[in-house]
Amino acid sequence: MTPRKMTTTLARLLSVYLPVAVVLVVMLMPFYWMLVTSFKTYKEMFDLSVSPFFPTMPTFEHYVHLWSKTKFPTWLWNTTYVAVSSTAIAMVISILAGYSLARLRYRGNSFLSLAIFVTYLVPTTLLFIPMAEVVSQLRLLGKTEALIAVYPTFLVPFCTWLMMAYFRTIPVELEECAMVDGATRWQALWKVTLPLAIPGVVTAGIFAFTLSWNEFIYGLVLVTRESARTIPVGVLTRLVQGDLYFWGPLMAAAFLGSVPVAVLYSFFVDQYVAGLTAGAVKG
Amino acid sequence: MGANTFGDVSLARQRTLGTRLHIWFWRDSTQGYLMVAPGVILLALLVAYPFFLSLWLSMTNKTVGNPGVFVGLSNFTKQWQSQIFTQAFWNTLNYTAVTTVFKLVLGFAIALLLNREFRGRQFVRSSMLLPWIVPTVLSTMAWLWMFDSNLSSINWIARRLGLVQKGYPWLTDPAWAMASVMIVNIWRGIPFFAITILAGLLTIPQELYDAASIDGAGRLRRLVNVTIPLVMPVVTIVLIMSIIGTFSDIQVVYALTGGGPTNSTHVLATLSYRVGLQSGQLGQGAAISLYMFPVLLLMVILEVWHIRRSNR
Repeated sequence: MTPRKMTTTLARLLSVYLPVAVVLVVMLMPFYWMLVTSFKTYKEMFDLSVSPFFPTMPTFEHYVHLWSKTKFPTWLWNTTYVAVSSTAIAMVISILAGYSLARLRYRGNSFLSLAIFVTYLVPTTLLFIPMAEVVSQLRLLGKTEALIAVYPTFLVPFCTWLMMAYFRTIPVELEECAMVDGATRWQALWKVTLPLAIPGVVTAGIFAFTLSWNEFIYGLVLVTRESARTIPVGVLTRLVQGDLYFWGPLMAAAFLGSVPVAVLYSFFVDQYVAGLTAGAVKG
Repeated sequence: MGANTFGDVSLARQRTLGTRLHIWFWRDSTQGYLMVAPGVILLALLVAYPFFLSLWLSMTNKTVGNPGVFVGLSNFTKQWQSQIFTQAFWNTLNYTAVTTVFKLVLGFAIALLLNREFRGRQFVRSSMLLPWIVPTVLSTMAWLWMFDSNLSSINWIARRLGLVQKGYPWLTDPAWAMASVMIVNIWRGIPFFAITILAGLLTIPQELYDAASIDGAGRLRRLVNVTIPLVMPVVTIVLIMSIIGTFSDIQVVYALTGGGPTNSTHVLATLSYRVGLQSGQLGQGAAISLYMFPVLLLMVILEVWHIRRSNR
């Protein structure tokens, strides 16, 4: 290698690969500790003389404990049940609303679009105190179903907005042809436009699922029985008690609770990124 | 014959009514209202109604088990004079301002880095987003472990490197605890900035850079005169969304410090939870959370204004 070429390689190494490596290590570090700790015995965790980087005697005891001695399997089921149901409900509502706002002309259309957008920007922490009241008026307080009723409130605005943008990219002419041939509005939506909007539906659906899976404050406030809780809330209330941390099961739970969304995300990276940037980047 | 005519007329009239109803039902506007109705009803019932209920609650002295009476704005004034509240209020502003600056600068830098060609770029880009994807309270548990007073892995490394003797007081000292909370928020928020800004960078046509180069612009000039102005609209929206999210954040603080040590890291959201639901003073809690409203409203106005302007 010529000296000149070596300098450029070195420069590239320093200006691209080194910073990329640093960024990657920092961003993934907590997951590494989570995983490593979950396989360590307590003896090793508390022994400051050994290197904390690798478990010397890997153990599954924390996973076994988590699975058999805590309600983790129930929390896992609850989280799945809530995330799937609220995503399904939110998607039906959002597809209809998004189609209506993007395609059909009527009085109040632009006002409603704006109103739905504004609710997208209302954070859950502004509403959780009165929400407990509203949910108890609906006779749902304490039940897992309360979350299925409430989660669509923060999913629908985003998904509607996304679906609106997506429907606008599909040519109206296709529907008009179908309707000239006698299709109703609903048939045009269901048979012509929606099949073409599947990528948008997938993006919105993944987003909705992830947001529901990760939700915390409503899960904490609206559900009280331990067996009705979702993973983030169950883990935090059961495995952290005052100053007592059950580090082993805690790290195992943090890992297992992250896996489903991480796996889903890995299959749909492009759709997820499209959704993430949809609000900010046009075209 | 007369009766017959009468019957025919009535039938015809019925038909017209039926047809008119049919036409009315299948009109675009009727269908439009029908399709948007479920969403509007949901948001009216579970966003608008709770919001107004919150306004009402904040003006009563309602507690759990006591219906309460109207007390005007006294909850707001009482909170404003409370020391814990003022601390939480400033913490919230501080938390938002500091983390936003870091997220913007680091996120922008990472976006520029990821915009370059290198091996494994796709992999780096997708794994970068993990902190943003996974449940925040769960990843915060990993940080809690890394910040533990005795067992912290960060402290272990720092001690081995000879930087400190005993280790940093991450969550036990008020200033360090605030810094810890900020670190976790920055760590979690960077991917959103980086990936979104990167998406903005990718829409900038290469010709503009080429033209700038021909005009003799160096790397810095191209950054200042081409990249930054063109990516500004994206940055604005990312900033607004991030400020809303951070200003109203509860998860990181709740999971990491719970507002401690001695209430030094409370933000408005954690304090409203503590006062409103843990102590059961619903009126006070609602008032605390409503102190978030002016900043949130400002952000919403900015965002709507920005979108209107860029759509024109």
